[in-house]
This record gives sequence, C-alpha cells and structure tokens, in this order.
Amino acid sequence: MAFTLKINGASYDVDSEPETPLLWILRDDIGLTGTKFGCGIAQCGVCTVHVDGQPVKSCAATAASAVGREITTIEGLSPDASHPVQRAWIEHSVPQCGYCHSGQIMAAAALLDRSADPTDSEIDAAMAGNLCRCGTYLRIRKAIHRAAELMRDAGEAE
Amino acid sequence: MSPARELVTRRTVIRTMVGAGGGLLLGFRVPGAVAAVVAPRPWTTPTDGAEINAWLTIDTAGTVTIRVPHTEQGQGALTSVSMLVAEELDVPWADVRAVFADINRHVNRGREYVVTSTHGSQLVRRQHPHIMQAGASARERLRAAAARAWGVPVTDVTARQGVLSAGERRASYAGFATAAASIELGQEPRIKSPGEWWLLGRPVPRLDVPVKVDGSAKYTIDTRLDGMVYAAVRCCPVPWGRLKRFDADAIRARKGIIAVVPLEAVPGRTGAADMQDGVAVVADTWYRAKTALDLLPVEWDTGPAGDTSSAGQAETAARLFEQNGEVSAESGRDAAGIVARAARTVTADYHRPYETHARMEPINATVSVTDTRVDVWSPAQDQSVPLELVADQLGRDPRDIHVHTAFIGGAFGGGGGGRTGVTRQAAELSRRVGRPVKVIWSREEDIMQDKQRPPVHIRLAAALGDDGLPTALVSRAVWFTHEGAKRHGPATADYSISTMPYRIPNRRHERHNVAAHVPTATHRAPGANQNGFVMEQFADEMALAGGRDPLEWRLEMTRGLEPWQRVLLKIGEVSGFRTDLPRGRGMGIAVVEDHDSICGACATVSVSRRGQLTVEKVDIVINSGYVINPLNAAEQLEGSVCWELSHALYGGLELRDGRFVNDNFDTYSLMRMNQMPEVDVHFALSEDGWWGGIGEPGGPPTPPAVANAIYFATGKRIRSTPIAAHDLSWS
Repeated sequence: MAFTLKINGASYDVDSEPETPLLWILRDDIGLTGTKFGCGIAQCGVCTVHVDGQPVKSCAATAASAVGREITTIEGLSPDASHPVQRAWIEHSVPQCGYCHSGQIMAAAALLDRSADPTDSEIDAAMAGNLCRCGTYLRIRKAIHRAAELMRDAGEAE
Repeated sequence: MSPARELVTRRTVIRTMVGAGGGLLLGFRVPGAVAAVVAPRPWTTPTDGAEINAWLTIDTAGTVTIRVPHTEQGQGALTSVSMLVAEELDVPWADVRAVFADINRHVNRGREYVVTSTHGSQLVRRQHPHIMQAGASARERLRAAAARAWGVPVTDVTARQGVLSAGERRASYAGFATAAASIELGQEPRIKSPGEWWLLGRPVPRLDVPVKVDGSAKYTIDTRLDGMVYAAVRCCPVPWGRLKRFDADAIRARKGIIAVVPLEAVPGRTGAADMQDGVAVVADTWYRAKTALDLLPVEWDTGPAGDTSSAGQAETAARLFEQNGEVSAESGRDAAGIVARAARTVTADYHRPYETHARMEPINATVSVTDTRVDVWSPAQDQSVPLELVADQLGRDPRDIHVHTAFIGGAFGGGGGGRTGVTRQAAELSRRVGRPVKVIWSREEDIMQDKQRPPVHIRLAAALGDDGLPTALVSRAVWFTHEGAKRHGPATADYSISTMPYRIPNRRHERHNVAAHVPTATHRAPGANQNGFVMEQFADEMALAGGRDPLEWRLEMTRGLEPWQRVLLKIGEVSGFRTDLPRGRGMGIAVVEDHDSICGACATVSVSRRGQLTVEKVDIVINSGYVINPLNAAEQLEGSVCWELSHALYGGLELRDGRFVNDNFDTYSLMRMNQMPEVDVHFALSEDGWWGGIGEPGGPPTPPAVANAIYFATGKRIRSTPIAAHDLSWS
C-alpha cells in the first residue's frame, strides 16, 4: 500500500505495508541509514528520531503512525552538523564506535527543546532509554550541558 | 515494484553515491556499489597523490592521506595510526587525512601492512615500531629526493612540518612525493624515541568524531548495493543442534519473499569461524524477511546439549572443587600442604557467569558474488579474516575477493562478527540467490549465537603466617569452554590469579577445563575481567584477615615492583582511600595487570539500609608505560569502567535447556546513563622502555574495587555476579 511520509522537510512516496516499523522504511526504503537498528523492541534507543518534535523509538513505531507528521532524522537535524548538540558532541569528543550516537543526539536535542537548562537528573531520566556499549555516558552528560550553554548563548546573541 | 517505490529507490541512489571513496585511491571501483562505506566527509573525495609506500600518499596540495589497515570500532585506530605516521613524516596534523587501506592488496601482496588485527589492545603497544617506520622511511625518501634534485648532501636537507629545506632552498613535500616513491634507501632510518616526539603524547581529537554526529559515518550494516536483497537467519538456539525440518510453504506466498534456504554446518569447518545449522529467509526488505522467519515452522534436534544449564555447571564445579586439577603454575614448595596444616586460613568460592558482547551494531555481513569478483562487507576486527572465510566458503581465489572496510559499531573481542558464521552465511546466500545479500542477525540471534565469554568458578585458599601475611595460596578454577578449547580455556583460566604480582612464597594454581557446547571467545580483557574480580577481592580478604589495611597490604606485597608501586601510590594520593567511612558508605581498591598495563581503581559507594547500591565515583590510575594520545586513552578507560561494571552489576547470561534465557536488552541488562558513576582517569606512567595496552585494562580492577567498597559499607562480601542479584541490605 502506498503512503507518503514527510521526512526532513521532503515528501517521500513509499509502497510498503503501513505496519512496517518506521525504522525499516527510513533505512531500507528511503536509504537514510543514519538511524540505526539495535534491538527491535524499543530497549536501546539507537533508532531514535523525532516525530512532530517528540523523541520516538522508530523500531517500535509503525510507519502508519507517522503519516501526516513531521519526521526528523539525524540527517535532518541540521544541514551541516551545526546543531548545538552536534557541536557539543564534537567539542567533548563523545562518540567512540559511534553507532548509538544518532539516537543519543536525537534524544538530547528533544530534551533541550523542552528543557533549556536540564539538571543531571533530568538528563539521566531523558537519556535512560539510550544504551551506549562503549560507555560514553559521562561525556554525553557533559555535552548536553554544553549544548544548553551554546543554545543560551545563541539566544542572547539574537 | 510500484512506480512510487522505484522513485524512492532512484532518489536514494543519487544521495548515497556521495559516500564513495577509499578504494578509489587504490585504483579500483566496486561495480554496483552505490554506497561504498569508507572515507566519509571530510574525505568524501579521496585525494589522488603519489604513493611513497603502502601507508601514505601525498597529493599536489600537500595533503597526506594515510591508509589505515585496521578497523575503527571506537578505539581510535584511524587517529592512532595517523598520528604514528605523521609523527615520523613530520607534517602538520591539519594536512592529514585517513582512509581504510585495501585489504585485498594486503592479503595478495605479501601482507604489506604486517598486522591488520585489532585484538588484544595491541595496535599502539606492539605495532608502533613498524607503523612509525613507514612514516620515517617516507620522510627519508623525501629528503633523499630533494638532495638529489638540489645536488646537496642529504644531511643538509631537513624535513619539517611538510617542508623540505636546505640553505636557501625550500619546497613542500608535495613537490618531491613522486620522486621519493622511486628512491631506494641504503638503510632504513631508526624511529624516534619518546623524548623526540612533537605530536605523540598530546591530546588529539579523534578524526572520526565529526562523521559520527551527523549520521554520515557508514557502518557495515549500512551497506546498500544495486539489486541487493536481505536475509534474516535463525540457527538452532542450542548451539550445534541440527535442523530437522522446516515448512517453507507456510511463508512462501508472503510479500517480498525470494527464497527460504537451509544452512548447514560443514564438518571440518566447525572451528571459531563456523556456520551453524540454520534457516535463512531472503526477501526484498529485511523486515519482510524477519517477519516471515518468525512465522516459519522449524524443528530442531538439540541433541544431548539440550539438557545443560548454568545450575548444572555449578554442580559440576562444586564436584570438581574437590578434585585435583591440571597444575598451570606452581612456585615455592607444598603450597597445598601448608594451607592444609595452617592455623589461620582464608578460603572462598567465586563465580562469574557467561557474558555476551552485544555490540550496539548487531552482527551482519553483506556479500556480492559474481563470476568475476566477490565484494564483502563484514564487521570483523581483522578485515583479512572475512576475505579468507569467503574464499574458503566459495572456493574462490583470494585475489578476486574485495573486502570493504566500514566503521564497526563496537567489537570488544568478539571479532565483530568475523569469528561468527555470518560472513559465510552471506557468501553462501549470495551464491545461491545470485544477488548481493545483506544478512542481519536480529538482536535475539546476535546474543544467542554470539561466541560468549566463558563462565568461571574458582576456589581459593590461603594460609596466613604469624605476621598476618600469606605464606601459601592454592587456587582451583573450573572453566566451561567450547570443546574444552585451549585458547579460551587454560590460557585465561588462571589469568590475574597465577599472574598476580603478590609475593606469596608458596603457590599452586590448578584448573579444570570442562568441555561445553556453547561457543566461547575473547571478551574485552579476557581472563582479567573475570579473575580480577576474584583475585582482588581475595586480596582484601587476606589483608583484612591478617589485620592489614588493603592499600598498605598491596604496597607491602608488591615491594620492589616499580610499575605496581607507582600505580598504588597514585591511587592512594588521588582517591584519599580510607576504610573508616560511616556504615552505608565505603571505599574499595583493586589493581590488575591486563595487556601489559597495570591498572588500579578506587571506588566509592553508598548502600542504603534497604540495600540500594550507588556507585558514586571511580578513580582509575593506569601505568601503560607510555601514552600517545591522553584524550583517547581517557575515553577508552572511562568506557572500560562502564563495560566491566555493567557485567558485574547487572549482567550474566543464564543457560537453561542448553540455550540462553536472556536474548535481548529487556533480559540482558546493560548499564544506563543514570547508573554510571563519575570516573576520573589518572596516568602514572613508567616511561622506561615498555608499553602496555589502553583499550581493555580499565575494566578488570573496577568491579573488585566496587565489591571491596560494598564490603566496607555493609560488611557483606559479594563473591559472584551480577551484584544486583544480591541482598545488600544492612542494619
């Protein structure tokens, strides 16, 4: 069955079963491989994308549930890796293998959208659904604080 | 395929074309590879340039492209290798680019990169001489080429920061790169000693970080080829079980299904890189393949292994504890007799269960078999392995097989899938269906079919002398490894115990290596990760029984061993270790050798009366002799703390009816952000001629430091993991 998805500002006609998880439409049908497969049961968060600005684990969300909504993937977070979260990630040298970090960054960006200056425990709560096997959690936490700072600085400059 | 779908596919092709690279440097293109997987931005367009040796080219703009023959799984290989070459070549770091080297060339031209494996925390510590040599050799050829052109003695030519100069003459390296390639040196130069370094030893940001924050880094699992199809596979949940029957007709009519293929373990190929009996469903998308596989009726013959369990292994261990084992190491005289006759003894039984690698990138491989060539994408830690596996599986000439190195989403000693059958599966399926095939193991398959870290049961007994210090120690380890495999059995069964630094005059170390059906493999810091927990808690048990402070006991017992003393003194200094904190809080220390590095940890914990544990802080002190990049080293050590603490606190696979009952992250728990302690990394480097590894040694001392801290907080000694399964309440 054909349906249309709006991803990173562009429309894509997709011919697939609407109950297919959004993750597999993104990766295999559209070719946006920045969003990763990790567990298939919404336990690890490497597949996190935004749907209408909310963090969603795309391995457990059907494509049908995203029709008519704005989907943002890591490729669409910024055109040039300039989102404050991405800049902070580079500044703090966060990724190691890097596989989980598309999901980590999308979860962090969503957190900062709803909380401009999160505390450590807010960060822990918001990020607890995103596993990192390399153990980069401390740098993730520092980078989220730094991204908040970058966003505040940008806000003051405007 | 509908028009809409075709439209999407074509758009995709255009977008992903941009990723091509790496291999282009070496003059070949991959037919049909629309998304080659190397050299993403800022190296999207590989630089041409003159090849001075296999390791590097220099283009006309002076950009140096360094070909890295190792995989990048987060340990920083791209950056480390580039730093080692750039140090000797003497070029501005900003002019350096890194790409993955061509493995076909390596295998078929006499292994010109010497070692391509990344196991054993060995890249820098073991391989720095020949990697630096490549840079030094290129630099000397550039000098010789300039000397020849300028008609001056080579000793008059300096090569510094990408510029050759002699008197008034100056030229960039780029101008002499082609000439340098044909220079033959009478003698290869010596490599620099650490005192001469200008780049090594400085904190250098990893080259691969920028491409890992915007989704552009391509991993093996991201491979996309024209005409590619997908396979989901299931092997017998009891390893080595046989496929009895399956009903392909039940799923054949489902949308997108291309083939249902039985996979057969080949006798004689049942070693570490085997392919087990299983069934593969090939379809036009992976989700369709996986969904159909879940609905496929399959019957297995699990054989006698279907009766085995973790509980049964514990019974076996209890029985073998009462029998003499094979002696692996012995020193002094009659350790067992001294213990048997001693007035004061300390005895304890310890246990660590099976653990799995669970890299975040599930095990996968893509293979394209054609009459003229075979292309392979495999997340193996040594990229020459999949080349050899595919050559063997298909009976093809290794010269026709091209392995394309991509980023790997974690490895941790599991071979990243190279030591599993997945690459054979992909090769076999591509041959059978005549199209490129990407095989992805579901997370459940990834955990059930991984080569696991073997479980260990250990009994220890020590005799204490009049001064409270141990006079004799006996250990008896019971290991369960696949077919009693020597490699992951005895070699690591006593590691950290028989290799302890403590000066106990009479020692006897025994082991029982029991054959089990579960395939086993190395697992980040093999041996030390299990046994560090054992030995370093038992060290505290001996110290406290003898009325000694744990830190003072270790300093006394390692007297004269400079690398250990350096670490222990630093731990005391940075942590403020003490044993008199109020009930409910505690500090613990541990120190373990792994891959030639001495690594110490001090953990601070709090435990509520009801037994809620918080690991507040871990100080890590490492003596690896030298460090070439303290930033990357700190990252590796922080990560290692998480790695081994994760297993010790929450991990453990349970075997029941021959199969693991934990098969995904809901039942195999890993540490999450809210559970991660603060970690401070400190260096205490001997810098006196020996090198230790960095990627693994941070793990082993962490759990025993935490368990020792729990003892001081609660009075409870935790001798098995996961710690979370123990009642830590106190009153």
